[in-house]
Amino acid sequence: MRSLLLILMPIVGSVVAALWPSNRTRPALLPIIGIIHSLLTLSLFFDPPSLVLEDWLGFDALARAVLPVVSVLYLICSFYGFTYLRVRDERPNRVFVTSMLAVIGMMSAGLQARHLGILWIATEAVTLAAGPMIHFNGNARSIEATWKYLVVGGTGIALSLLGTFCLGYASLHGGGDGNLTFVALMQQAAGLSHSWVLIAWVLLLVGYGTKLGLAPMHTWKPDAYGEAPAIVGALLAGGVTTVAFTAILCVRAVVGAAGAGGIADQCLLAIGLFSMLVAALFLLATRDYKRVLAYSSIEHMGILTVGAALGPAGVAAALFHVWSNSLTKGAMFMSAGNIRRAAGSASMDEVRGMVVRAPYSVGIFVAGMFAVTASPPFGPFFSELRIVRAGLTEGHVTAVAVFLGCLLLAFLGFTRVVFPIVDGRPSKIVKESGKRFVETAGIIIPPLLLLGLSLWLGLFTPTVLQDAWSAAVAQLFPKS
Amino acid sequence: MNHNLNLLLDVAMGLNLVSLACSRLQTLIRVMALQGVILGLMPLVMEHDLDWRVALIALATVFGKGMVIPLLLRRAMRKAHTDRELEPFIGFVPSLLLGAGGTIAALAVVNLLPLLPEHTGSVLVPAALATILTGFILLIGRAKAISQACGYLILENGIYVFGLLLLKAMPFLVEAGVLLDITVSVFIISIVVDRIQTVFDSLDTRHLTTLRE
Repeated sequence: MRSLLLILMPIVGSVVAALWPSNRTRPALLPIIGIIHSLLTLSLFFDPPSLVLEDWLGFDALARAVLPVVSVLYLICSFYGFTYLRVRDERPNRVFVTSMLAVIGMMSAGLQARHLGILWIATEAVTLAAGPMIHFNGNARSIEATWKYLVVGGTGIALSLLGTFCLGYASLHGGGDGNLTFVALMQQAAGLSHSWVLIAWVLLLVGYGTKLGLAPMHTWKPDAYGEAPAIVGALLAGGVTTVAFTAILCVRAVVGAAGAGGIADQCLLAIGLFSMLVAALFLLATRDYKRVLAYSSIEHMGILTVGAALGPAGVAAALFHVWSNSLTKGAMFMSAGNIRRAAGSASMDEVRGMVVRAPYSVGIFVAGMFAVTASPPFGPFFSELRIVRAGLTEGHVTAVAVFLGCLLLAFLGFTRVVFPIVDGRPSKIVKESGKRFVETAGIIIPPLLLLGLSLWLGLFTPTVLQDAWSAAVAQLFPKS
Repeated sequence: MNHNLNLLLDVAMGLNLVSLACSRLQTLIRVMALQGVILGLMPLVMEHDLDWRVALIALATVFGKGMVIPLLLRRAMRKAHTDRELEPFIGFVPSLLLGAGGTIAALAVVNLLPLLPEHTGSVLVPAALATILTGFILLIGRAKAISQACGYLILENGIYVFGLLLLKAMPFLVEAGVLLDITVSVFIISIVVDRIQTVFDSLDTRHLTTLRE
């Protein structure tokens, strides 16, 4: 019941937001729903409900391992969003608030889905609900970004539907009844038709990989993250990608149980490393600091995928990385959004000396940069270290070398963009930009909090979380 | 039963080729709507004993794909000054040849796929593959936002045809959710198409090239 509330309550909030008359008070719905959502998640985390195996939705071990971080990220985003929408009160926010509440509701559904069809419906709904949020600024650039997001994302999600059907047919062909719950698929695994399982795997990997932003299906990502408001980037990079990643983990578990785990892991490793490489190279080329975050996100999705390819230890490390990446990336997006508004431009050619104009945001941005490029003692350092260790244990020495090389390139790419905009004297163009920018507590505390959580995760990785990740791994690899 | 189904599938494959050849957006939307209606009829001829859930899905498909979606797209198109696809990325003749070649390849390749005995006599799988390919050609090869949206829909139609293989196995709720999602996606796409028309005063996606490295 509580786990259903997690989905229904934001949906109800979304309907209320759509009907709410006042543009000024409507954003308050975001933190209200955020607080209730987080409290519910917390109670579910410490007191998990008993699970009916055949249910289509449920707070299982995998949901327990990742849903809390999405909920926390959403909570902090909702406070930032509340302040942001107050500052930007010249833009109507009805569609934005409605969409954002629908997104958290559907993300909760996607993370709790135990049926491949329900998972698809939830992922598609999240994709659609996030579209209008990218379009918030309503200018030509944001329309272009929304269009590309919808066309590329829509095609990807269509392919994952085809993959879902193929997996269903694999069950029918193997003499099963086409039941698409993960439990039933795992039970029937050995009897699934081998060729259909492989076809389904390719389609589902490409489909959910598009949502995850793996190269070469990543093209929508820089545009969408570059043009959307900061919290949209934070929610997409930390929340929506998590849904797609758990989808890939669940499908990988079925494919593994069907006896094609080796091929599946090779695919994951190849596509993960390729994404890291593509992202690292683009990081060395882009001149827009919001797009830098998008490429960094592609890189981190590559890291997750590499982790998923490395057996139980790698998956546990990847789940850890889901947490550290979501928290750190959230802090980066919010501080970058502040800098963007203070500077009036997102290009490193026009922005200089931001340390004078927005000192706190710049502080968070620079610290976040070190965190996200895996400097100790932040979370990403430890999670990536575990992935490297899992890779070495599995004997993938070349892959680990490429992995580390890409991390180095990404670090160079990051510093190349970040330090020029932070340092120096504020340029003339910046000085002439209209409204004065003030760093209020409402836009500084949320990213600071996220950064603090990332630090805490790195320093004191709590045992209760480690246990939750191990339990999720046990669910995905039933016998080992 | 298989005979009637194959007839409908053949018509749907024919419509694929028509959609690749036509330059008028109005015609493209009409062809797509007709394909949607034919798709809606398929579950009805597949089942001997008609149960209410199959009938409801058929009705919803005909209503959604045949009426609501075309209406939304036509409304988005009304403001545009041109109703023709003038300079497609892939010309009409090449895309028609591609589509025809793809259809033949789909019919050939289906023998390599392991199918259940009751599906071997039907052109269901090749029709699905050919329709998906047609959708991709339209998505990649056309410049107007509306044509691309139609391509996306034809792609979805192909997946729907493939989904008919699972008609008996798929729970009703899932089918309904899938249909709802697709309708909403087109709703949102047509709003964005409308916005593209308003802001750029054109439906040509060649204007959408500002964002790049």
